[in-house]
Amino acid sequence: MSAVVDTLRLTAEEALALVERGDVSPAELHAAYLDAIGERDAELHAYLRTVEYDGATSIPIALKDVISTKGLETTAGSRILEGYVPVFDATVTSRCRQAGLSVLGKTNTDEFAMGSSTENSAYGPSRNPWDPARVPGGSGGGTAAAVSAGLAPWGLGSDTGGSVKQPSALCGNVGLRPTYGTVSRYGIVAFASSLDQVGPVAKTVRDVALLYRIVSGRDPADSTTVELSEPVELPTSERLDGLRVGVPRQAVALEAIEPGVRAAFHSSLALLGELGAELDECDLPLSFDYGMPCYYLIAPAEASSNLARYDGVRYGRRSDGATYRETVERTRDDGFGDEPKRRIMLGTYALSAGYYDAYYGQAQKVRTLLVREHAAAFERFDVLATPTSPTVAFPLGDKAADPLAMYACDLLTIPSCLAGLPGLSVPCGFSEGLPVGLQLVGPQFGENALFRAGHAVERALELDLVPERLR
Amino acid sequence: MSTWEPVIGLEIHVQLKTRTKMFCRCRVGFGAEENSQTCPVCLGFPGALPVPNRTAIEWVVKLGLALGCEIAERAVFARKNYFYPDLSKGYQISQYDLPSCVNGNMIVSLAEGQHEIGIVRAHLEEDAAKNVHVGGRTGRIGGAEYTLVDYNRGGTPLVEIVTAPDLHSAEEAKRFLQLLRQTIVELGISDAEMEKGTLRVDANVSVRPAGSEVLRTRSEIKNMNSFTHIARGIDAEVARQIEVWESGGEVEQHTYDFDVGSGALTARRTKEEADDYRYFPEPDLAPVEPPAELVDRLRFELPELPAARIARVMKKLDHDRALVLVTGGLDRLWEATVAAGADGVAASNVIANQLVASGARPGAVDPTELAKLVDARERIPRATFAEALGKIGDHGFSAEPYLAMESVSDTSELEPIVDAVIAANSAQVEQYRGGKEGLLGFFVGQVMKETKGRADPRVVNELVRARLAP
Amino acid sequence: MAISRDQVLYVAKLARLELGEDELERLTSELGAILDAVSKVSELDLADVPPTSHPLAVVNAWAADEPRDSLPLEDVVRNAPAVEGRMFRVPPTT
Ligand SMILES: [Mg+2]
Ligand SMILES: [Zn+2]
Repeated sequence: MSAVVDTLRLTAEEALALVERGDVSPAELHAAYLDAIGERDAELHAYLRTVEYDGATSIPIALKDVISTKGLETTAGSRILEGYVPVFDATVTSRCRQAGLSVLGKTNTDEFAMGSSTENSAYGPSRNPWDPARVPGGSGGGTAAAVSAGLAPWGLGSDTGGSVKQPSALCGNVGLRPTYGTVSRYGIVAFASSLDQVGPVAKTVRDVALLYRIVSGRDPADSTTVELSEPVELPTSERLDGLRVGVPRQAVALEAIEPGVRAAFHSSLALLGELGAELDECDLPLSFDYGMPCYYLIAPAEASSNLARYDGVRYGRRSDGATYRETVERTRDDGFGDEPKRRIMLGTYALSAGYYDAYYGQAQKVRTLLVREHAAAFERFDVLATPTSPTVAFPLGDKAADPLAMYACDLLTIPSCLAGLPGLSVPCGFSEGLPVGLQLVGPQFGENALFRAGHAVERALELDLVPERLR
Repeated sequence: MSTWEPVIGLEIHVQLKTRTKMFCRCRVGFGAEENSQTCPVCLGFPGALPVPNRTAIEWVVKLGLALGCEIAERAVFARKNYFYPDLSKGYQISQYDLPSCVNGNMIVSLAEGQHEIGIVRAHLEEDAAKNVHVGGRTGRIGGAEYTLVDYNRGGTPLVEIVTAPDLHSAEEAKRFLQLLRQTIVELGISDAEMEKGTLRVDANVSVRPAGSEVLRTRSEIKNMNSFTHIARGIDAEVARQIEVWESGGEVEQHTYDFDVGSGALTARRTKEEADDYRYFPEPDLAPVEPPAELVDRLRFELPELPAARIARVMKKLDHDRALVLVTGGLDRLWEATVAAGADGVAASNVIANQLVASGARPGAVDPTELAKLVDARERIPRATFAEALGKIGDHGFSAEPYLAMESVSDTSELEPIVDAVIAANSAQVEQYRGGKEGLLGFFVGQVMKETKGRADPRVVNELVRARLAP
Repeated sequence: MAISRDQVLYVAKLARLELGEDELERLTSELGAILDAVSKVSELDLADVPPTSHPLAVVNAWAADEPRDSLPLEDVVRNAPAVEGRMFRVPPTT
């Protein structure tokens, strides 16, 4: 290895320290990551494109390809945006640049962030660094694979129904889906506006908290953002005395949870108890039965509208027809892959005359109930704990032919997303040699409690999270 | 033949004259180079998000208050989804089931009395961009070779006002619109000029047998660009529908474009899925819940409204005169002039006709001076009066010098002048007496000239005629 | 909850997707299965429940009416598939 540092185990905090002490220059660090990418990404395909060092003063970052980068192609994993070069930075991109971070490149994603395996990318799937025959999860599989394989110290993803949390679990990273409204969506290629949230992915909870501190806060360009109610705290404590942890009975009872995942989850609950937390069961009677159907009405409905702008008039690929209408229909047929088409169709149907009340309208009411039942749970608890994903990383192609099987990957992450709540996935063990994630869900603006809990678990477990085959 | 009653409802779109667009801070305005007033938001670039214009939100509330509406405690923007090149996002953001203003009314005064027109709603939305159809026969939509899109207008704030079907004649619709327009202009929220497209009107028209309460199938007329066209378009559609019903046919729901040149209505082509707009609450925007203090402040700021002023003016004048004064923005001057002692009808005639023709700005006129002129208008020479009105808007104008020009009607003063004129024009006197009576004006003119226009022409006329009598 | 081929065609028209014959058939069956699953929401009696369209209780997020710079033309049309002069060019609308 020619580079001055080995990036494989380097956390963002360590990298920041290296740069601060002057042991490594930002340029050298950037180059070291590009070297690692050159070495390992042909197999993993975590990146859609990388960029040279641009003079930034701090460490690098990977950005999911739904995040607009001025002057740098941003495709959202879709053919329809092939060649699209944003003329503006997303707010999170500018906040990263203001913090001195250098953009390493754009990471792979399921097309328009629709998927749970990154197999829906129009540019080919990414692979899991723990086993390249398996998926890295999705939609943010690219960022997760990159962080896991030492191809970026940290990265940003977007989470609509689990796209940060689930791939973080499957790749052995820490991932945060923040409280809805705490991170700007300005410049994020939209999937479902009332659910989309940008979130950090890193090797440690403290790294995630650091990055959250950089990107969070009200943005005047996004009317749905708010200022944090308290500043982001970097967790230090290794004890959890007095922390009230609720374990939703209905989640744990789900048959879809693999035995190995269940085992790792239960031992992490025991660990939480040892660390001083008070555990008790709780009830979320509707969330895990009705969360999925509710999500698969609301998200596609919003998506069908958000994806209407791809008409081949102002940007993106265009397939010409004789008339405007023919051109739009052809452009969208050629430009969108199967999953966006499925969701556009589903969402259009759910909103169309005569069906709105039964589908979209009813789903919005279910959403009210999910919000209420989570609020009730947080009267008794500081944090709710479930596995992040019912399964470990699955082989490529396993669920590709069955949309409903793929949708079930997010069974556990979806309910809190609908309620707008923050969720942190922390590695909590292994099953079949693959990482398992613990999902910690908090009340609105409860990130600091999640960081404290996640940090204590991380310290207590001291897992080696570098994929065995790369050690 | 039974008599038919037209039933008319209007949908009015008003472009607000805010400085910036509804959801981005691009400037609003005409005449800029194509696509020079655009940004990621109004171009619908991926990831761009709308941020509402506070002034537009205040103005729709203000208009709602002026129209007697209830101001919604919670208004919600929705997405109206459809595809067209002038719509950059594939949807228009518009208030839908929770608009800012509902249940208002406006009183239209007609010769036969006052008539209350219901305002169903007034809501905020964004305007579409501009398509330019190029090539083909006429450059119109049908047969164009291609279309060019300029997004400058896209995203301009619009208020859409929907009336109840309470209007029953083209004339009434026109009166209503004149009054509404004046209200909007006086609120200072829009120029509301039909020729510029800042005020656009669609009419929903049906007819029913007089006395019936049932609403029959209506058609929609679009693209009318003056109040006169609106009246003509409505009249044409009413006549067409009556003919259809009377010949045993059935009126079908259609949308028509009014052709200004021929006065004809052309039906638009309908698509099967055209009206399925899939409205849903705009997830990128927060609801609008105007604080009570804001609504109170806006209510306090409301000027006295045209409808109320017409009612007041009508205590002294007939309806037509009152309407002209108020919709011309002249009623306040009229009231002040009357208060300064002028006769109401006389002041109204002078203000609505001569003063407007003179080009003087009503706001610059001193009503006391105007009252003096109105009072003296019979006594001073016509030309002097006109000259005074021409200058009445000037700073420091005084009526006194003009009043001093009071006509000379004293015969003892005029007789010597008449005699002198007759003596000096013996040839014309002979011709006149020979039967050429048209020369009377010549003599009068000479006298007027000698008196520098101050002679009372009626008196001079009589004197000349008497002197020349054989 | 089956969805008919005609309904799928109608929705495709609304969504402006020119679907091929194969795609139409596949989507008809896939959408049928998905609708079956999501129709679960109609099991609940929610007559008295208000809808939630947004998880965050923000209201009155607006900005002052103060102009900002618009984009330069090169940025406006940089990604456009077809441009004529300063405008975007599209095939005729009918
Ligand atoms: Mg409208
Ligand atoms: Zn703009």
